[in-house]
Amino acid sequence: MRLRNPFVMESGVFTTNYRDDMAFHFPVLAKIRVAVILLLLFLLPFFASTYFVSIANLAGIAVIGALGLNILTGFTGQISIGQGAFLGVGAYTAGFITAKLGLPFWLALPAAGFVTALVGAVFGVPSLRLKGLYLAIATLAAQVIIEFVIVHWETVTNGVHGMFLPAPGIFGYALDSDVSYYYLVLTACIIMTVFCFNLFRSRVGRAFIAIRDRDLAAEVMGIDLFRYKIYAFALSSFYVGIAGALWGHYLRIISPEHFTIGVSIQYLAMVIIGGLGSVMGSIYGAVFITLLPIVLRELSGLLANYLPNIEAVILGLKEAVFGITIIVFLIYEPEGLAKIWQNIKDYFKLWPFSY
Amino acid sequence: MQLDLDRVSLHFGGVTALSEVSIQVKKGEIFAIIGPNGAGKTSLLNCISGLYRPSSGRIVFEGKDITHMSTHQRPLLGIARSFQNIELFSHMTVLENLMLGRHIKMKSGIVSGGLYWGKAQREEVMHREVVEDIIDFLEIENIRRKKVGTLAYGLQKRVELGRALALEPSLLLLDEPMAGMNSEEKEDMARFILDIAEEKGTTIILIEHDMGVVMDISDRVAVLDFGRKIAEGSPEEIQCNPKVIEAYLGEQVS
Repeated sequence: MRLRNPFVMESGVFTTNYRDDMAFHFPVLAKIRVAVILLLLFLLPFFASTYFVSIANLAGIAVIGALGLNILTGFTGQISIGQGAFLGVGAYTAGFITAKLGLPFWLALPAAGFVTALVGAVFGVPSLRLKGLYLAIATLAAQVIIEFVIVHWETVTNGVHGMFLPAPGIFGYALDSDVSYYYLVLTACIIMTVFCFNLFRSRVGRAFIAIRDRDLAAEVMGIDLFRYKIYAFALSSFYVGIAGALWGHYLRIISPEHFTIGVSIQYLAMVIIGGLGSVMGSIYGAVFITLLPIVLRELSGLLANYLPNIEAVILGLKEAVFGITIIVFLIYEPEGLAKIWQNIKDYFKLWPFSY
Repeated sequence: MQLDLDRVSLHFGGVTALSEVSIQVKKGEIFAIIGPNGAGKTSLLNCISGLYRPSSGRIVFEGKDITHMSTHQRPLLGIARSFQNIELFSHMTVLENLMLGRHIKMKSGIVSGGLYWGKAQREEVMHREVVEDIIDFLEIENIRRKKVGTLAYGLQKRVELGRALALEPSLLLLDEPMAGMNSEEKEDMARFILDIAEEKGTTIILIEHDMGVVMDISDRVAVLDFGRKIAEGSPEEIQCNPKVIEAYLGEQVS
């Protein structure tokens, strides 16, 4: 028997075998919270406008991409600035399969993941010798090389003209509206988040974190650094490839300027603001960065009634706000939104007697 | 002989860290390596655990030449170690650190781990039991869910010993396990080391500066000075060896 009263805070963990002890500990209150959030997410299209659903789609795709980057940078400690290009690999692979080969989307989605994983693994090879800043430069090279290939390999990618993708369908259901696509993105998001949570409480995930914390000790404990770094690159790229495929088929038109280094930086911002090495942090960060420009725009629209010239100022500030947010987080809360949320929860655990 | 170092030399450029050191360690004994700072003790340990490759000489472990074996394969043979400066995974809890020690004994991969269903889960639970035995043995039950970065120094040393034990090693290399501890903590640690050797029959090679501890718990002692082995024998023999006294205290002025 676990906690009886759902309206009190849990004071400890009361399990009697290791299996229960190693399960996720959800107090009843948290279980209800998760259920309500999931329910709201599934019901979102019924009470939100199409515009809001389309933003949710973009956020969901960003969540998958940010999870991917966090696996590599946050959990394994290998900095990557090639995220944008890897998204491109996923998007173009899926696009090539559906638009040029005419194969179904349910085949293209995993294929995009696996192809990107392979490409990521190849560009992960330098990580054996390079660390920190030097590895960042090597992944920057990946970004440049892949962008170059996308522009110049015209038979596959149509080069700078871009590629038109058909509306995806799964088993006869066309996913051509924002709402139908929303359910695809949401399902993918949930599966990949749960996978991520599980991974980091089991053997391989622990090895990733060990490599980040002390690679020397990890090696002495029998972890093959090279192999596990390649695993991390491949798994991370798999996530990013899926995100790229979903993004491409959502936009329906992809061209090289969608996958620039700017996108890479944006994803780095997501994991830094959300929280490096935190699954929930990836989600918070992705949603935050997706909403930031939209909120700014809405804000400027509201203020325009009172200050007619404010719109130009705020839109000009957009890029600056982006940079400032990253700096503020790095200085005041390097562990990101995930840590802030944790602090709030810790505070209320003892509230109102917080001594 | 469980471990046989045959004329092992190690050079870094022009610097000689070890020159022709030969050591034989029997199964189940506690073998101490002592010597002044910079004598090459840690370098010797690094050669055995694979962080350094000897420039010449051979290292044979349980009849197998491991001189050029890669670092991450040595734990599979049963070689585990702790470090002089604590090298724990500081963002992980004590439990996770010890579970990582079980890494090579486990099998689940990325997919089964991500699904955490059936086999992978059973495996985690099974190894958790082994880890709990070690936690019990080292008396660190109350900190098992703490992040090791937040623990006191003495406890971190103990957790690091636990992580090495999780490998179920047949040879345990301890690099200054009692450095920076107070006498009570040293006593505890000495007790753990003796228990490991006695209960599990683990061979232990330890580097230590506290002569009292070394003389009390070790079966045999080797003395290094400037990368050379200058003496080897029982603690009593070492204590009255003139070369050792000279290395530690200097020559007599006549």
